[in-house]
Amino acid sequence: MSQITLDNVVKRFGSVVAVDHVSLTIAEGEFVALLGPSGCGKTTTLRLIAGLEIADEGRITIGDRDVTYLAPAARDVAMVFQDYALYPHMTILDNIGYPLKVRGVSTPERTARVTEVARELQIGDLLARRPSQLSGGQQQRASVARAVVHQAVAFLFDEPLSNLDAQLRLEARAFLKHLQNELGATSVYVTHDQAEAMALADRIVVMRLGKIMQVGAPLEVYRNPANTFVASFIGSPPMNLLSGKVLLGQGQFVLDDGETVIDMGQVYQRLERPPQDGQAITLGIRPEHITIHTEPRPFAIPGALYVVQPMGGETLVNVRVGSKLVTVRLFQDEPPALPEKVWLEPALEWSFVYGADGARLQ
Amino acid sequence: MNRYKLRTGISRALLLVFACVMGAFFALPLLWLLTAPFSTQANLSVTFPEQPSLANFEAVFANKFAIRALFQNNLIIGGGVMILVASIATLASYGLSRARVPGRNVLVYILILFSSVVSGTAAMVPLFLLIFNLGLIDTYQGVILVMTGGLLPSAIFIMRDFVDSIPRSYEEAALVAGASSYRMFRDVAFPLVRPGVMVVAIWAFVNAWGAFLIPSVLLRSPEHMPASIAFYSFYTEAGTPNITLVSAYAFLYTIPVLLLYLIVNWRFGFRFFGGIKS
Amino acid sequence: MERKAIFSAKVGLLFLAPALVFVAIFLLYPFVRVFMLSFTNQTLLGTTAPNPDWVGLDNYQRLFDFDRWMRLGEFGSALKITAQFVAGSALIGQVGLGLLIAWAFYRKKGVLRETVYTLVILAWIIPETVVAFTWVAFLDWEFGTLNAILGTLGLGRPDWLFKHPLESIILFNSWRGAAFSMLLFSSALETIPPSYIETAEVAGANAWQKFRDIFFPLLRGHILTDLILITLWTFNVFTPYLLTGGGPIKKTELVSIYTYRTAFQGQHEFGKGGAIAVVMMLINFSLAIVYLSMIRRRKA
Repeated sequence: MSQITLDNVVKRFGSVVAVDHVSLTIAEGEFVALLGPSGCGKTTTLRLIAGLEIADEGRITIGDRDVTYLAPAARDVAMVFQDYALYPHMTILDNIGYPLKVRGVSTPERTARVTEVARELQIGDLLARRPSQLSGGQQQRASVARAVVHQAVAFLFDEPLSNLDAQLRLEARAFLKHLQNELGATSVYVTHDQAEAMALADRIVVMRLGKIMQVGAPLEVYRNPANTFVASFIGSPPMNLLSGKVLLGQGQFVLDDGETVIDMGQVYQRLERPPQDGQAITLGIRPEHITIHTEPRPFAIPGALYVVQPMGGETLVNVRVGSKLVTVRLFQDEPPALPEKVWLEPALEWSFVYGADGARLQ
Repeated sequence: MNRYKLRTGISRALLLVFACVMGAFFALPLLWLLTAPFSTQANLSVTFPEQPSLANFEAVFANKFAIRALFQNNLIIGGGVMILVASIATLASYGLSRARVPGRNVLVYILILFSSVVSGTAAMVPLFLLIFNLGLIDTYQGVILVMTGGLLPSAIFIMRDFVDSIPRSYEEAALVAGASSYRMFRDVAFPLVRPGVMVVAIWAFVNAWGAFLIPSVLLRSPEHMPASIAFYSFYTEAGTPNITLVSAYAFLYTIPVLLLYLIVNWRFGFRFFGGIKS
Repeated sequence: MERKAIFSAKVGLLFLAPALVFVAIFLLYPFVRVFMLSFTNQTLLGTTAPNPDWVGLDNYQRLFDFDRWMRLGEFGSALKITAQFVAGSALIGQVGLGLLIAWAFYRKKGVLRETVYTLVILAWIIPETVVAFTWVAFLDWEFGTLNAILGTLGLGRPDWLFKHPLESIILFNSWRGAAFSMLLFSSALETIPPSYIETAEVAGANAWQKFRDIFFPLLRGHILTDLILITLWTFNVFTPYLLTGGGPIKKTELVSIYTYRTAFQGQHEFGKGGAIAVVMMLINFSLAIVYLSMIRRRKA
């Protein structure tokens, strides 16, 4: 077990900067999720740690070793691939035992250790089979087994659950979390699924266009998204973002449509950097922090009911505000009967204000 | 009957007719090869012998020259070409697929075009002189080298598509697991490309097995001639072929090709991998 | 970013090295050598064998002697016969037939497809000397299977190899080589998602419309690639020699056979053979360039 640090790491592919001056420290035993849309550089960052790519600039250390230019084999990490990469010409026993085999572990000891790990991962009776004879979930476990079979200093996961169907993914997610709790290993986990990152990680690193947008514990990132990108990426359904202008004198906020006006005096007062008159800002409110009223209220935004979507345990209500659709999340299974015209009251302590550059003003 | 049923019925019937016409066109010219060898009075017609006989084969096996051509010369040439083409093409296509070789797609395309331009009789004159200067005229080596050179571009073309279709994560997993480059190639990469190697090897063997022009230009002494040329030992001095013996010899000569086709078709399916890129 | 390299370019070159050596010796060297050769009077035997003389454009002038070059057995006639042979057996025969078969069996499985595919492939892989003999038998005027069928149907019994030799080798070569195009097109067709076709079917397209609007545009690149390769291969093909020997009276003397006769029979005139090879390579190169520019235009 070791700590991993990335110090100003840059990786370019031709003219594309895939990883752009990324600095990050992953503590010993910590489980960190790299989260972002495709092409954000999260997988490249993981491959840089694994040694499958070599950084153009910067330094990477694992433990107290500088591994920046070391071959993958010399880094002593273990990796689980998105497509599992189980060798079709080997049995599951040989697949899981391969990291031991290349390290010269004798056959009897290898078999013993593989059998033990496989039993813990509940694939003990599949060892004689070939990968093609396993289900997706079993293949996923076998690939995890191959990673944990030898005492690597860190585990790297490259979207290990994305090839599973929805039901199996939830199961495998719980299993991975359980395994992590038992092993307590330093782990880096790449995913584009914010729910996966929230559920598994000690800390989340949100990335975009090769840059780190925010680093923090799951709830911290959820409660205090540092910018509009993180705000829209974390949480499902995503945060409502309404852009408009500040009318400082009246303590108001005018939406881009020029008609809808919201009283925001209280919110403005709380900001560390008070906005200027006429400044373009974005107001962010999570769907679960809005109350729906059927009559006008102070601070409530007028809107027109669009649709109501019952989801089982909860209900989503979409309301048209100006040219935007605002989503409201109600924690009730019974869809409410609502009139055409409604008023949305945001919980002011949960309202986020972002500047024109997307950065938060609080 | 509804229109849908009628339409699928008609299209099925059309396909059947088409399959029969195509089947007949491709089968009929080969029919003679199945009947003539077993008839002692064979001519150029397809007539099923009333009393099938193996007498023709006995006569063919009595022709030591022709039998050596088939079972010695052809095997040496075919085997040599097979080993060289398969090993060199495997290395080349693996390198092309897995290394950052600049312009690799264009390279293969130009190679195959170039080899198509410089092939056949057009290239035989300088190739003859090259082999002559190397002192390899009338040797197996000369024939094997020239054939290998001619087949390599197409072999790389076929292999590269196959290697490209294998996910890189297999090799990456081996590297992260701690394998050296050499072990990775031995334990993971080679077993994965083996089906492609088999197909290219058999393809090269079949090509070398049937070749006529190259050995006829590069070989001189009768004891080195492959089967394609040994047919002339079944001609009379007036230059007319002895039909019964020619057909029996042709039958023997074809069997290995047929067997290899069946093996490839059964093991891998006889098809191009990955859809040759446009 | 999609293609991750496992090796550096240096290691890659190491893997490529043996192939590059072979290509240099057996493709590049002959290519250069044949140019030099074509300006000499080198022969296999005699005084000009060890010390050939520089003869300038003499060989080319002999090829393009316009008073006689269209006579049977001369270069012009060989070119004309080759052009007809390529147009008939490569463009229409192999590419057309291959496309037709692959298309007819698109997304079909079963005995019918397996049988037809196996027969087409066998025609392609059986040794050329063997298929030459079976075709001599097939086309024989008196005993041949073809005339037996035509005769039964009351369609006459033409003497194929003597009265229609060019048609015979065109038919033969279409039969011989259709497999490559068929295999290429059927693997290309497999890459077309069935939903494309189903969308067209739901929209009410008939078979021809589906071919014209969906298959053809998607396969155009493959068709051009196939056309290039088949054309170049057919230009160089030598197998018809085994069927007709170039006859009767040189009516099927393709350029490949003409080259063979010039360089490896009779006088063994290597210099003149080299000149023919140069002309053929130039023709092949220009054809390749025409096709390639068609591909490029498609992509632009």
